[in-house]
Amino acid sequence: MKSGWEMVVGLEVHTELRTATKLFCSCANEFGAAPNTHVCPVCLGLPGSLPVLNERAVEMAMSIGFALRCTIAPSTFHRKNYFYPDMPKNFQISQYDLPINSSGYLDLPDGSHVGIERAHMEEDTGKSTHLGASGRLHGAERSLVDYNRAGVPLVEIVSAPDIRSAAQARLYVAELRRVLIATGASDGRMEEGSLRVDANVSVRRPGAPFGTRCEIKNLNSLRSLQRAIDYEADRQIELIEDGGTVRQETRHWDESTGVTSTMRVKEEAEDYRYFREPDLVDLAPDAAWRDRVAAALPPMPGVRRTALLQHLVDPTDAQREAVEVVLDLDLDRYVHGAAEAGLDAATALARTANEVAGAEDGADRLSVEAFIGTLRLEASGQLSATQAKTVLADLLAEGGAPEEVVARRGFTQLASDALDGIVDEVIAANADEWSRYRDGDDKLAQFFIGQVMARTRGQANGKAVVEILRSRRG
Amino acid sequence: MSAIDLAASVRRGEVTATDALATALRAIDARNDELNVFLHVDRDGAEARARAVDDAVASGRDPGPLAGVPVALKDNLCTRGVPTTASSRILEGWRPPYTATVVERLVAAGAVPVGKTNLDEFAMGSSTETSAFGPTRNPLDPERVPGGSSGGSAAAVAAGMAPLALGSDTGGSIRQPAALCGIVGVKPTYGLVSRYGLIAFASSLDQIGPFATSVADAALCLEVIAGHDPRDTTSLPEPAPALVDHLDDGVAGRRVGLVSELVEGADADVVAQVERAAAALEAAGAQVVRLSIPELRLGLSAYYLIAPAEASSNLARYDGVRYGRRVAADELGAMNEATRTLGFGDEVKRRIMLGTYALSAGYYDAYYGQALKVRTRMIEAFRRAYEQVDVLLGATAPSVAFRFGEKTANPLAMYLSDVFTIPTNLAGEAAVSVPFGTGEAGLPIGVQLLGPGRSEARLLAAARVLEVAS
Ligand SMILES: [Zn+2]
Repeated sequence: MKSGWEMVVGLEVHTELRTATKLFCSCANEFGAAPNTHVCPVCLGLPGSLPVLNERAVEMAMSIGFALRCTIAPSTFHRKNYFYPDMPKNFQISQYDLPINSSGYLDLPDGSHVGIERAHMEEDTGKSTHLGASGRLHGAERSLVDYNRAGVPLVEIVSAPDIRSAAQARLYVAELRRVLIATGASDGRMEEGSLRVDANVSVRRPGAPFGTRCEIKNLNSLRSLQRAIDYEADRQIELIEDGGTVRQETRHWDESTGVTSTMRVKEEAEDYRYFREPDLVDLAPDAAWRDRVAAALPPMPGVRRTALLQHLVDPTDAQREAVEVVLDLDLDRYVHGAAEAGLDAATALARTANEVAGAEDGADRLSVEAFIGTLRLEASGQLSATQAKTVLADLLAEGGAPEEVVARRGFTQLASDALDGIVDEVIAANADEWSRYRDGDDKLAQFFIGQVMARTRGQANGKAVVEILRSRRG
Repeated sequence: MSAIDLAASVRRGEVTATDALATALRAIDARNDELNVFLHVDRDGAEARARAVDDAVASGRDPGPLAGVPVALKDNLCTRGVPTTASSRILEGWRPPYTATVVERLVAAGAVPVGKTNLDEFAMGSSTETSAFGPTRNPLDPERVPGGSSGGSAAAVAAGMAPLALGSDTGGSIRQPAALCGIVGVKPTYGLVSRYGLIAFASSLDQIGPFATSVADAALCLEVIAGHDPRDTTSLPEPAPALVDHLDDGVAGRRVGLVSELVEGADADVVAQVERAAAALEAAGAQVVRLSIPELRLGLSAYYLIAPAEASSNLARYDGVRYGRRVAADELGAMNEATRTLGFGDEVKRRIMLGTYALSAGYYDAYYGQALKVRTRMIEAFRRAYEQVDVLLGATAPSVAFRFGEKTANPLAMYLSDVFTIPTNLAGEAAVSVPFGTGEAGLPIGVQLLGPGRSEARLLAAARVLEVAS
């Protein structure tokens, strides 16, 4: 980003809700079924059909509201009227002036804070496939519509224009995605389109009023989001510096060329003729219902992250990344368990983010007690780091207690006395190196550890070897 | 024979449903070409249903309170596999894959749907003249309209083609044709009857109700179709009120308000019958007071913003993409336009344009927004009136049945046909039209009884008093 300029970004994130059925009918809400197999008179908008609101979708919308610290208020549904073949009724039922969730915020891992203006409910549209050269509606020879997605529940989360860089936008969407997955309301899949992002981008001189914004569509991954925002901000800056002005418009991001291009300008924008949906009644969840939803909500990633980082002193970037892995895979209990048992949290975090996270479904078999037990054996020097990792791998694969694995693998014999003898043998066999080490060449400790490891097939504890070497040095 | 008597005879095994159906079909065959009442007669479906009723009786099972009663259905009620057009070219040939809740309830009660009746296109009109399939003639005088929009259903009952019919009432579309055809028509409280399967005109105003030759038949039919439906969110959660049991409650001690705005501008013969009805209610023990509710005058203009606004959105789905008629064109937009241009008639287009305009950015507040405020005032005005009286009395329509073409040249004159009926729809309340005396050329006149939400039992008891006195 060019110096002397600041970008201002607000994001609109649409997430499909993971309900069993659609928002206004009992058709299955399922991705990937054969076209037009999950349809009925209601979601096809047949004459005479009427919508009935899905309570589970309301609960999920409220969960999102609670997770984003929103005010949850009585709300209404409106019709957003425009013609499009994806939309069976040629209007979309959405929330307009009175959304279910408003005025919240999301704290990002970098300590920044993004306001949430609203998170409202609406129905998804169907999906068109345009056959012909262009692949777009205009100029298509034939268009096919699949209405399986029509009527799938969505929540649209509108951020305040608080974001100041493409990297922060990416961080926001990544964190929001974690929050949505944590609530159970969304599967967060951007590539399948169940999570969709539009970006409003403008630029200004620091301290100046907001500039004219452009809305960028077709952002299908975190990478395209970040690239598109950077591209768009640069485009606007260049335009202004060349004496031009930014036109309010909707722009399309092309991932292959890496540029945005005009889709439609503001003057062409539709007049949606919003009005209250007369087929639905007002939505006013009572306090008991709201409380039930709030109580069922698990701790959010932000809270869990803080709790994990609390165990570490001055966490490194690598450790912060490890924490994110632990959060994403829901492995917090191992780190907390070990730390509470008085073990080294950094080691516990590393073992969790590497060994435990690396074993598919392994966490189902590894109890927290077994994890703590293994780390305790490592800490006391009864197991080398390599041995501890092997024990964890066995436990992740087969379950059981660490003592059993240790016994089966014969790891105990190398403890204490046995190791002394091996170290002495190695010293005797490498008199030259030993004299240099004794004279202060500490780097040679690594050589002796290697020798001991070779003789024990990696079953020695490196730390214990160094201690023995030091005691022999006198 | 009344529906009640017919059902009783069928349940006792004295008359078969098959014979009752044959009688109805003979009446239809005798006059349908002349009157254009039915757009589609479902002979096979009706015969199968009648046989099922007869089988039930023969095997000792009770087919229900409407056993074997032929019923005519306004053609904006969806019937599975049976053509349903809303009298529009745009739905020509469409067969719904599902059945409206009211029709399911009729069938569950033993009734036999015989076919689909003509209406003003998408229920937009007051004479059945806007139907794409030609107007329906009034059985009492074929040179005159039967009223509308449920003109076909009213004519079916008046011509003896079916003892009962269902219509829909958005601004008077049951009560006005009932009045013009000399039968009973009920516009139930909004939400009392499920709208699931009713092709929407204006969703916040539409309500399905019965036509019958007697108040008792209308009460029975309404009892069968009323009650909460989980498929219609706006349907009232409470159990449907008992109606038949209260038919003979009378009006003794009831306070009746004769509303000046509900006779204002009506023909003299109509006003005279309303006055006579007031006297009849008084004679039966009611206390009649005269009152004025000036807000009712605002009803017509509010209605002609709210109803078209909702219609403009409800009718957007008829675009040629998924069902019904499609007029081919090179591009999607052109196909939508050609389909709608040829598929919709002038009145429907007029209202879509009116409604689209009323909702447009920059005009919403002045038109649609303002109309919603009027609606709120109307509800308030009725509420105050019902603090003083139990029932309001007025005319149903300003005149007896008018001649074809008399009002088609001037839409506003046609819209005025509904001036007395519209306020009830805007308030979401209940009203009944009951025949009471005759006027010009010996044609029937209907008087209207209005009450607050869920007052149907009270209104039908008062209508029964007028029926007896008439
Ligand atoms: Zn469906």
